[in-house]
Amino acid sequence: MTDFDVSALLDARTTRIIVTCGSGGVGKTTTAAALAVRAADAGRTVAVLTIDPAKRLAGSLGLTELDNVPRRVELSDIDTEADSDLNSGVTTGKNVVATGKNKGAATGKRSRAAAAQGELWAMMLDTRRTFDEMVSAHTTPERAAQILANPFYRTISSSFSGTQEYMAMEKLGQLAATGKYDLIVVDTPPSRSALDFLDAPQRLTSFLDGRMIRLLATPSRGVMKLVGVGFALFAKAVTAIIGGQMLTDAARFVQLFEDMFGGFRARADATYELLRDSGSAFVVVATCQADAMREAAFFADRLTVERMPLAGLILNRTHPPLVDLPPQVVAAAMAAAEADPSKAKGSTLARAALRIHSDRVVLDAEEQRMRARFDGAHPEIAVISIPALPTDVHDIAGLRRIAASLAPSRAASSAAQ
Amino acid sequence: METMTTMRKQTEHRPGAPEAERWPASARAARLHIVTGKGGTGKSTIAAALALALAYDGKRVLLVETEERQVIAQLFDLPPLPYEERRIAVAPGGGEVRALAIDVEAALFEYFAMFYNLGFAARSLKRLGAVEFATTLAPGLRDVLITGKIKETVTRLEKHGKSEKLKDSGGLGAFMYDAVVVDAPPTGRVVPFLNVTAAMADLARRGPIHSQATGVMSLMHSHNTCVHLVTLLEDMPVMETLEAAEQLRAGDLPIGSIIVNQVSAAHLPETLLADAALGTVDSASLRRGLASYGIDADRAALAGFADEIRRHAEHTAAEAECRTQLAATNLPMIDLPAMPDPVELGELYELAELLIAQGVSV
Repeated sequence: MTDFDVSALLDARTTRIIVTCGSGGVGKTTTAAALAVRAADAGRTVAVLTIDPAKRLAGSLGLTELDNVPRRVELSDIDTEADSDLNSGVTTGKNVVATGKNKGAATGKRSRAAAAQGELWAMMLDTRRTFDEMVSAHTTPERAAQILANPFYRTISSSFSGTQEYMAMEKLGQLAATGKYDLIVVDTPPSRSALDFLDAPQRLTSFLDGRMIRLLATPSRGVMKLVGVGFALFAKAVTAIIGGQMLTDAARFVQLFEDMFGGFRARADATYELLRDSGSAFVVVATCQADAMREAAFFADRLTVERMPLAGLILNRTHPPLVDLPPQVVAAAMAAAEADPSKAKGSTLARAALRIHSDRVVLDAEEQRMRARFDGAHPEIAVISIPALPTDVHDIAGLRRIAASLAPSRAASSAAQ
Repeated sequence: METMTTMRKQTEHRPGAPEAERWPASARAARLHIVTGKGGTGKSTIAAALALALAYDGKRVLLVETEERQVIAQLFDLPPLPYEERRIAVAPGGGEVRALAIDVEAALFEYFAMFYNLGFAARSLKRLGAVEFATTLAPGLRDVLITGKIKETVTRLEKHGKSEKLKDSGGLGAFMYDAVVVDAPPTGRVVPFLNVTAAMADLARRGPIHSQATGVMSLMHSHNTCVHLVTLLEDMPVMETLEAAEQLRAGDLPIGSIIVNQVSAAHLPETLLADAALGTVDSASLRRGLASYGIDADRAALAGFADEIRRHAEHTAAEAECRTQLAATNLPMIDLPAMPDPVELGELYELAELLIAQGVSV
């Protein structure tokens, strides 16, 4: 079991692309944004590309809209509230223990000197527009117009399940080619399975390859050789069900698309190679839940098989106890507290504290068990656990709070020593 | 594990609306229950618990899986389910839950078989990936096949005409199922899924699929159907729930209850909550209280407890804010506590009982 050194990954100038992946709902998009903010704070010029249609990144970056080209995100000066909150360091007053929020105000100005030197750019993928632009770039204006007007093209460019992933790759390739960013962080589409991201471009290219479409559109030619009479029947059935017009449109599309196809595939292949490059890093994100952990394990295995550069696993939203007391001491106190009906202020508070703490201990034990299981099966994969924040993240300050526990900056960690 | 039990007990006693407002009359009258929610909210678990709850007191309920993930099998600790209805659980009082994991490929061939005799060709078509091709060409086709199958199960009559079924099909005999519970696609996809006619209109203007889609549409928009939205008290799921509620209303699809899952226990009394959320904890009285329970807390331990209290308070406050947003929909809300993950069979029954305690029934 190794600890995942996210700081080292972000600080290495050789890291050019980071892809965050994992199943839905694990905080992938927020993690991608936090990584990007952290790298920009450390002076890098970063673009973060999100594909999530829920506009989550927009929300967490405080943007009201994102479009198909990266926009500059204003980074305010670093507010050390983030650091104090995550270190959960606590200063004690005479009677009152002040934590995080109160302290922020006092220390907020401390690190103005370390204000952001880098740049943060953010965008959300517009799948349809990326596809349209790609078509326009690869053919004559007349032909492009015909393709864009084709109903079959419209279906494929908006609803085929691999299109989003494919266009994410295309956009990543485009952003990398501008040479404008020295780090690109890519969020992956929300999908049932983390593996879809790797498979979808291949699925789309095979689909557009057009063999099936041609067979269906012209069932009389060459079909017999392939599957015999059943295919003709199938073609007839499909025609009956989805209507002949659709197949005619599809056949026309294939014709129009034919000469672009080679270039299309070549670009997808080039981006795939870019991802296998040593300058790329995959970061798998999971929460301590059975489903998410299972997906993370599948994904890690798959990356290994494909020889993709897997940087590590981020175990998101954990609940480490913040009080270091032996479990039997807590259990005994808990039993005493539950038996005590006293409504005195101290007793009520202490009872609440013990219940809160005990819940955390139970959760933590479960999370530790999950992590140990993953470590056991994947001893070579570096892992970092990120404590849950009490509330959802809406702004740069929140992203910095996450960034601070993901990757304490060198300056902050040396100052602490 | 003791704490888990206290968590559950406390959420049970959460003050809230009376039963009728949690599980509305429209839900009680419906026979088709569509369960949706953002990914990660536990909608499949809730669908399973709902099926169990509705099966109590001798009812027969069908639980339908639509996403080809074999989640039902996992939840009920069974080997992968074939594409056929089979009993997977019994409920107290002689009720039973049957499951159907819809296999889109099989459903498509079943559908073709109604019009064409494909014979041996089916196998080579499968090998060629023909079904994926067809569903890609017409993305709504998948939804049409699934919802078509659902409609068939909802409207099916019992073969032998046993008469003890409570709900009558209008003189035609008893329905096969008292209720059908569908583990539907996530919130983002649920409206297109239910509004198949619209989706198919572009692609199939005529033909058998078109007429089937129309039939499904009238079921979905009838008083026989109810859509339940599963959410957590977190920003993103709440936002998606609000969006889905709006879309469902705009699409004239009947909504049942919002099922709030994984509600955490609120340990702090109201009087202490506001201060605690601001990070203010009276450490002297905390120290005294802890001492009376046998913990001699030093400065570090006190600070740790205070930090845990603050996080808990902030979290509780954030949950309350989410609840306020949900309440703005004026939809009934049902609460369920967090369960250990992964949820096991015993806990499904426990969730079912919590649903029943909040008025869930057919």
